[in-house]
Amino acid sequence: MEIASFEWKNPLEKSAELDKAEGQTIEQIRTMAQQKCQDPDQWLDRDLKHNVIVTSIDAVINLGRRYSVWPVNFGLACCAFEMIALAAPRFDISRFGMELFRSSPRQADLMIVAGTLTWKMAPQVKRIYEQMPEPKWVIAMGVCAISGGTFAESYSVVPGVNCIVPVDVYVPGCPPRADALLYGITRLHDKIKKDTFRPLK
Amino acid sequence: MTVALSGKDLATKIDKAISQTVIGIADNSITVKSQGLFQVAKFLKETPELEFDLLVNISGVDYMDYFEVVYHLVSLKHNHSMVLKTVCLDRDNPAVPSVVSLWRGADFLEREEYDLIGIRFEGHPNLKRIYLWDGFKGHPLRRDYL
Repeated sequence: MEIASFEWKNPLEKSAELDKAEGQTIEQIRTMAQQKCQDPDQWLDRDLKHNVIVTSIDAVINLGRRYSVWPVNFGLACCAFEMIALAAPRFDISRFGMELFRSSPRQADLMIVAGTLTWKMAPQVKRIYEQMPEPKWVIAMGVCAISGGTFAESYSVVPGVNCIVPVDVYVPGCPPRADALLYGITRLHDKIKKDTFRPLK
Repeated sequence: MTVALSGKDLATKIDKAISQTVIGIADNSITVKSQGLFQVAKFLKETPELEFDLLVNISGVDYMDYFEVVYHLVSLKHNHSMVLKTVCLDRDNPAVPSVVSLWRGADFLEREEYDLIGIRFEGHPNLKRIYLWDGFKGHPLRRDYL
């Protein structure tokens, strides 16, 4: 087998030329760069230039709605403690702009039905839902709120809170852990993201 | 903890005061006729050496043949307790006398029994449903409900 012939050259022979060429290029760029590039937004005045982003109405309104979902402050049973844990610093829903649990349904956007709903409590829950302003969302938390759970056949328990109010997100568990509810809330955020803004007629 | 009084001692005491009301004696409970319940309760509350001044709980038991109403009584002064029971045999219209005039705490307890088991308490000032809503059909904790 014949080894391909290789003509060895000393790289230092050409290095001076290479250095010279590099220096010339840099000098060229430096002379050209004395004039700065023109800003494409130069025609705008200063205030507009710093404050305008072009986007769609849907994206902006849904962004605002998504990160300011205020829940109404009520719990029906043991699931409420997981909801409270979610509001506490360990899980901390203030990361999503939700830390304001409103005691008045008129200031709330989200109803977390946390616990067993009995028929005797049903009119109050329905009234709270009806007092909330549009747009409003409902999370059914725990199996009791989803379907009545173990009490589905009972004489006193509503078999699923969607018999009373429309539900957007179901969070299963008995009770669901706070991180499961947090996941449900992020799913609700995804749902709000897809909404289309319709002005009231 | 309170000291549970023996049923036998209590029965002899009650028999001495009100004759022919005690129909059953157990280790630490006595059963009385429903007609004489109020007199027995009054006796247990007002006799100085017994003085049961606190009614802890009222429960109703459905044995299908008859209903039993159980009263848990405690004396805070003497630190002793007892269980008083009564029976009502009429299934269609079970009724026992109310003890609200002796222990005010019996008010809600008797309303609960009326609501869930359907035992009427004669002489109760406000006997209506407490847990379930007005218009609910039947008494759900009876054995033959559903």
